[in-house]
Amino acid sequence: MSKSPGLRLRVDQQKCQGHARCKSLAPELFELDEYGNAHEIGDGSVPAGLEDKAWLAQANCPEIAIEVTEE
Amino acid sequence: MSDSASVLPEHPPVTDWVHDFDHTDPRWTENPFPIWDELRAECPVVHTKRFLGVYLPTTYQAVKEIAYDTEHFSSRRVIVRDERPEVMKNAAPPITSDPPEHKPAKQLLLPPFTPDAMKKLEPRVRAICNELIDEFIADGKCDAAARYTKHVPVRAIAHMLGIPENDGELFIRWIHQILELGIKDESMLKQAVQEMSGYFAGHIEARKQRPTDDLISTLMNAKDRDGQPLPDTHVLGSLRLLLIAGIDTTWSAIGSSLWHLAKTPADRDRLIAEPELMPSAVEELLRAYSPVTMAREVIKETVISGCPVKPGNMVLLSFPAANRDPAMFPDADKVVIDRKENRHAAFGLGIHRCVGSNLARMEMTVAIEEWLKRIPDFRLDPAGQVTWSEGTVRGPRQLPMLFGKAG
Repeated sequence: MSKSPGLRLRVDQQKCQGHARCKSLAPELFELDEYGNAHEIGDGSVPAGLEDKAWLAQANCPEIAIEVTEE
Repeated sequence: MSDSASVLPEHPPVTDWVHDFDHTDPRWTENPFPIWDELRAECPVVHTKRFLGVYLPTTYQAVKEIAYDTEHFSSRRVIVRDERPEVMKNAAPPITSDPPEHKPAKQLLLPPFTPDAMKKLEPRVRAICNELIDEFIADGKCDAAARYTKHVPVRAIAHMLGIPENDGELFIRWIHQILELGIKDESMLKQAVQEMSGYFAGHIEARKQRPTDDLISTLMNAKDRDGQPLPDTHVLGSLRLLLIAGIDTTWSAIGSSLWHLAKTPADRDRLIAEPELMPSAVEELLRAYSPVTMAREVIKETVISGCPVKPGNMVLLSFPAANRDPAMFPDADKVVIDRKENRHAAFGLGIHRCVGSNLARMEMTVAIEEWLKRIPDFRLDPAGQVTWSEGTVRGPRQLPMLFGKAG
């Protein structure tokens, strides 16, 4: 079986308004700052096994602030 | 608040929803969903001459366009009313603020309302819920709106602000006078705002003598962009906002959730069997029964979803209608407690995202969980009547319930 491509995510700080849906759905991938705005953890690479959570967070952001790209 | 319809001045009944809608019409209050469907099928933005001219965006897309557009739409007035009294400076910042004043005002309020801050408050809210349930569980029935859903947010916000939880009845009266009766009665609104301001002015003064560790002191100690303390009027305005926005809204959201669960044993049983569904269920209940419709004022002519929009009119920014738009949500009229994709706008979109959204979610989750633990079986009392609040915030104001299995 070939290795599936890795995912990388990024929270657009211009768009994020701090709904915190991503943090609730995928706490392994997002952290919140003191204002409650979300940031990707580290460089945004999604560890194997957490791909579904990355897509779920992306699909539930009311501000469409989360970009997920396949690498 | 069940008496609101009878004491408000009458508006003529609506005969043409598309061209003459009225969000205070009793049919809208009772069941707005088919009305929104009718309006949405007609146009993404409809208009009424009532309330001195109001637009209603009916689609998710149109609501979103307006929410993101602070150039043509101002938040200086956020409630649609019969009159347009002069705009008050520092009315309730940041909800009544536009850029560039909005961001610094909002940033002051955000840190106390992060999810982590709410986790610290959660044990107190769980205790509040159980104290309330203790008071009525032995009766085998209760009006859940009057005995439960109302008091959870009142006591929680009082706890955060550092004011007596027992002053709750006062807050509830002011909110009723401002958000419901005040829509059509200017003097009522002014009186309530004055009383509320006087109440908080006392608490501010007391803290000048003896600082405390609560949200009022946090606001009093906050500095503006230039490092200056906030004027008392700003602190007062934000306190008014926290009280007004923190109570009716979550009262409504918890009430609508229990109303839905009372009528839907399958969802209730599933939540008890699969408690891990609670987060998605809370989001879905927020989508399906979003309580809050904010307003904007058109300040420059523009076009929204192809519809011309002219200054001088207000906009009812109906997040609840947006959340029922089938173009955005498949089976929009069904409550699907494990809905996977749910970009609902119950807490708004754009810069005015509800500052208390994390508090509201926590209160809803805890209030539903504790209720289900203690009262797993319940139903609407056929001998009673469910009534809904009118205007800006929609939720049950009488919610008679019977406990235990039917029959």
